[in-house]
Amino acid sequence: MAALSRYRKDTSVLSSVGVPKIKRSPLLFALMLFIAGYILLPLTWLVVNSTKTQKSLFSSFGLWFSGEFALFDNISKVLTYDDGVFVRWLANTALYVVVGAGGATLLAALGGYALAKFNFPGRRGVFILVLASLSIPGTALAVPTFLLFSQIGLTNTPWAVILPSLINPFGLYLIWIYASESVPTSLLEAARLDGAREFRIFFTIAFRLLTPGLITVLLFSIVATWNNYFLPLIMLSDPQWYPLTVGLNQWNAQSSTVGGEPIYNLVITGSLLAIIPIIAIFLYLQRYWQSGLVAGSVKQ
Amino acid sequence: MTLTREVETHPGAASSMPVIRRSRRSWTGWGFMAPFMIVFLFVLLAPVLYSVYLSVYDTKLIGGTQFVGMDNYIRVMNDPQFWDGVVRILKFFAIQVPIMIFLALGAALAIDSARLRASGFFRIIIFMPYAVPAVVATLMWGFIFGDRFGLVANLNDFLNASIPSPLTSSLILLAIANIQVWTFTGYNMLIFYSTLRTIPEELYEAADLDGANQWWVIRSIKLPALRGSMVIALVFSVIGSFQLFNEPNVLKGLAPNSISSFFTPNMYAYNLSFSGQQYNYSATVALVMGVLTMIVAYSVQHFGTRKDER
Repeated sequence: MAALSRYRKDTSVLSSVGVPKIKRSPLLFALMLFIAGYILLPLTWLVVNSTKTQKSLFSSFGLWFSGEFALFDNISKVLTYDDGVFVRWLANTALYVVVGAGGATLLAALGGYALAKFNFPGRRGVFILVLASLSIPGTALAVPTFLLFSQIGLTNTPWAVILPSLINPFGLYLIWIYASESVPTSLLEAARLDGAREFRIFFTIAFRLLTPGLITVLLFSIVATWNNYFLPLIMLSDPQWYPLTVGLNQWNAQSSTVGGEPIYNLVITGSLLAIIPIIAIFLYLQRYWQSGLVAGSVKQ
Repeated sequence: MTLTREVETHPGAASSMPVIRRSRRSWTGWGFMAPFMIVFLFVLLAPVLYSVYLSVYDTKLIGGTQFVGMDNYIRVMNDPQFWDGVVRILKFFAIQVPIMIFLALGAALAIDSARLRASGFFRIIIFMPYAVPAVVATLMWGFIFGDRFGLVANLNDFLNASIPSPLTSSLILLAIANIQVWTFTGYNMLIFYSTLRTIPEELYEAADLDGANQWWVIRSIKLPALRGSMVIALVFSVIGSFQLFNEPNVLKGLAPNSISSFFTPNMYAYNLSFSGQQYNYSATVALVMGVLTMIVAYSVQHFGTRKDER
């Protein structure tokens, strides 16, 4: 990874210790504060309005609190509305993320390792096929996949959402680079001489060395599956299998339909609850994003 | 140092190959490769092939399913609703992408320069929307833009004015562009920033010795280094715009009169399958749009890379 090896030292360290002369620019800071304000505007709106009752939503200024503090009331309504279907959607999302993103990472790990460390018949064909698939946009496949799955009776089952999530060509590519960089072939040879079996070698030696790359792939897969909308929307007709994204949109559609019960306060509070876990994961593991993107930009 | 050259010196592509050539060929690797390939063939290759199959047939009420050759493709080419969507996403691309790239570039340069206080804070905040689901992003902005209880309604009440809601049909493309700018600026910023971090420190030191100012460093060192990442960002943006679906489909709930069933080609393919049950034609639209996306994405990459080599 040519780019990574030439990675510069952290500029913030340099500027505070190495080059003390650089002046901070207040103008730059103000401009960036403006962008940060733009980014935070809708999130602030969401937090503020999740504390309002349906009635005061319509009668108050959007960026400040008003009326009774209804956050906890809203949360309990979100969790119990329609026999607690929101909890079901949350559990479905968790299932799709754990099996889908976890499985995608495992398949990418095994395949990337195979491409990096084994010479098998058809390796070149696999390589070309995967590279070609990198440029196929996932959404372009949603309708064709739906048509095939409905033909073989897979639609409206969790598998219809999970199976397509299992393939992450970019993740495979990332692991392949990572494995050829950080898993020494001599180490594998030594283990083989000791009589260790291939899968044991993978899970005891290679897996540990691949961990940082695996976490990066896992993170990208988690965000992709947590945020997935088009695929579950097209595949599922039974609300019992909806993930949060499709469910929330259904609540919103119900509120906007003539004759449907308006539950805007639940849509807003539900949206807030839906992004808290993913933002928490994101912030907690944010340093891995960078390395994934560096490798990603080396790719092209 | 450009990104295209990095590909050539890529260790995975170049230096690990000889190691593998020395080892003997065996089927052992398939034990690791097979799980991925089996699912890959099933969820990637099979749907495409099945759609190609569907696209050359047509199901009629009278006469059942018949082989129709290229008829569906000819129909797409002459379908005003399909082209309406294509023109719309081209407009969308022309509005959204320059704004987003400009913001992302500015933010990346700001964060990379040592002159910005709290750059780590800004990096995280600006990248954060990437983790927010498109559905939630669209709902938030849709409510804010709405004239029922959104900020636009507040503004109108306060000023006693009648600013049109961005969700009216003449402005809705801008509203969607805003949502995508909000979501993806940080992602592009990080791509640019990651590349800026690979510029060797010696280049800056040399520029410093020559007494170069910040603008010269940006123009002569940083921007040329960013050309490759710019191409990547454009390729991602082509895919994002051409395959536009989530934002307009969610906004349809809030502004049903502003968004038609053929607003984007992807929505058209979706609605053909679901409201129309025209599976054969829907498959054809999806295929044509997928191929169109790949051609444009590939051309952007090809064009950008060739410029690079000159």
